[in-house]
Amino acid sequence: MRLIIREDYDEVSNYVANYVKERIKQFAPTADRPFVLGLPTGSSPIGTYNKLVDFFKSGELSFEHVITFNMDEYVGLPKNHPQSYHTFMWTNLFAHINIKAENVHILDGNAPDLDAECKEFEAKIARVGGIELFLGGIGPDGHIAFNEPGSSLTSRTRVKTLAYETIIANARFFEGDIGKVPKLALTVGVATVMDAREVVVTITGAHKAIALAKCIEEGVNHMWTVSAIQMHPKGLIVCDEDSTLELHVKTVKYFKSIEHVHQALIGTENLSLQDIFFFVGT
Amino acid sequence: MVATASSSKISKIVNARLLLDHKIVQDSYLWFQDGKIIHPQNLFFDQHRDADEIIDAKGALVVPGYLDIQINGGYGIDFADNEGSLEKIQDDINTVAKGLLQYGCTAFCPTVVSSAPEVYNKVLPLLNKRKGDAKKGSEILGAHIEGPFISHEKKGAHNQAIFRTGKNGICEFDEAYGPELMKGSEAVSIITVAPEIEGVIDVIPELAKRDICVSIGHSAATISEAETAVTKGATLITHLFNAMLPFHHRDPGMIGVLGAVDLPVPEDPLRHPAASNTSPYRNKPDPRPFYGLIVDGVHVHPNSVRIAYYAHPKGCVLVTDALSALGLPRGVYSLGGRDVEVDDNGAAYIKGTNTLAGSTITIDQSVRNFRNFTKCTMVEAIEAATLHPAQVLGISDRKGTLNPGGDADLLFLNDDLEIQRVFVYGEEVELHKNK
Repeated sequence: MRLIIREDYDEVSNYVANYVKERIKQFAPTADRPFVLGLPTGSSPIGTYNKLVDFFKSGELSFEHVITFNMDEYVGLPKNHPQSYHTFMWTNLFAHINIKAENVHILDGNAPDLDAECKEFEAKIARVGGIELFLGGIGPDGHIAFNEPGSSLTSRTRVKTLAYETIIANARFFEGDIGKVPKLALTVGVATVMDAREVVVTITGAHKAIALAKCIEEGVNHMWTVSAIQMHPKGLIVCDEDSTLELHVKTVKYFKSIEHVHQALIGTENLSLQDIFFFVGT
Repeated sequence: MVATASSSKISKIVNARLLLDHKIVQDSYLWFQDGKIIHPQNLFFDQHRDADEIIDAKGALVVPGYLDIQINGGYGIDFADNEGSLEKIQDDINTVAKGLLQYGCTAFCPTVVSSAPEVYNKVLPLLNKRKGDAKKGSEILGAHIEGPFISHEKKGAHNQAIFRTGKNGICEFDEAYGPELMKGSEAVSIITVAPEIEGVIDVIPELAKRDICVSIGHSAATISEAETAVTKGATLITHLFNAMLPFHHRDPGMIGVLGAVDLPVPEDPLRHPAASNTSPYRNKPDPRPFYGLIVDGVHVHPNSVRIAYYAHPKGCVLVTDALSALGLPRGVYSLGGRDVEVDDNGAAYIKGTNTLAGSTITIDQSVRNFRNFTKCTMVEAIEAATLHPAQVLGISDRKGTLNPGGDADLLFLNDDLEIQRVFVYGEEVELHKNK
């Protein structure tokens, strides 16, 4: 696993957006071999999405052969509800780029058979050859997508009841009225995310500090589901200084020193991103 | 929503600054299809459709088309003129409707000054609601009938020989205007009456019930007579300051309605101004009516415009009150059968007198003047010619708005609020620019 520490939210967003852009460009996707991207919602990825839109508008990045799979969606909210994840993705990303509608996959929280919807979602991922890069965030309780504490680390896409803490955290998007917040959601499983060939997690803010510490300094534990990234061959966490507040000084110094070595090695653009992983040996 | 999806062309406007939700918004797009503004999210997720046509606004301000709810004619044509065949009158109306598109006026209320019953019987059927068209002309929102139930004292350029009272109630009105009045807002959108005229106050609720906006004006009403008219259902004041008693500090007259605090608060926000900092209640519709303002700088001194605006900002509606001389060179023209002369300032006076008879100002020039006179924001200036007149007529869901569901009547403006492009129901109007 690599840990990249940057100063603040904006620097983290820039780094991740740049990373995704370079990965897509190096992959050079075509109609027969598209780039499959997993995407999150929430406040963490907004800066990244804004930057990706800028890259599209400046001509540096095209989404023509990019296929996306979102992590989750509420059950029972109409698709065009202002708080649905469909609306979030449209407003923050899809409205501004050249992605094809048929390449966008978001779970349908109003499907007549939710279990079938979940199974079909997994099947769709398999049909396009699996996910190349899964972007994600982390909750204060260390959850990835809606895989709350206690979720099986081998879980797949399914219906989940939301934790009370999550419902409270979401109430701010529903006029502060807990009664209006959906109680169920469809979510990809921990294993669904970890099946991707690469996982990139964004973590910013002091309120995520404990979760980050639990997920990378302690064991793989279903109480902190992001900790499953420790078992992934190609995991990357990008975080800001505030979120490192609960890490050991030794941990922070270690990852910063590795990166320092990197910068010296990849001072020029000659080394590809894949070579970095080869050198570091995650 | 629609049961079957339309397969017609979807247009998307990019690189625009849109007037949305009382703000100028940058990174947003405007989508329209079948002449209506749409929300593209559903099309994207459900039908996998993208835009067929991209319109590059190149940074222009994109705003709703202007509405003019008081305009008497133009290009030598007077809507109260009933001479000639029905065909000729229809052609004349079409000429004016077509010409108004050049000024960004995409919807209007043809105004008919005080006339005899024969005139109304002949012209009102031709002024019924009619959909706008980029080639054929601006949308007709129904007629604005100004008088004859108005004050002799404040006749302006109207012919007082035709004035009458309403002492026999609503049937006097039906007799004066003919069968079109029964059609309510299909034919007549606004009626201007003077509340102190006998019988008028009691007829106001009847007219309001027919879905007609009752406007008070051409009147010598005192403040209490004017306020009574509002409690009875009047929701507009006709060209504030003109043809009414001047403001007096002990009896502010009709102008004083802008300072009213204890008018009954409306339950339904439809056809009432939104609450502002000067409203009696900040979380309920404003009980004061809307008010028209002619902002050619001649009818009302710019300082007076500013005072009125800041007293009641959400009620301000820009009107041109343009007469037949609009769009023509200086000279002598006709209005309601009388000779009027247009001077170099574009003001029209009854020939040989100092009595103002109307203006030759256009609605887009009105917006620019208004912004200069009051130093208000661009949004406020534009809303006074779009959102507010649409609210007067209760049609703010489809006119004067860029929200999904609105008619795609659009203007592209530069930063000086000059018109660059005009669209009616999503089709572009060919502009004759002299630049």
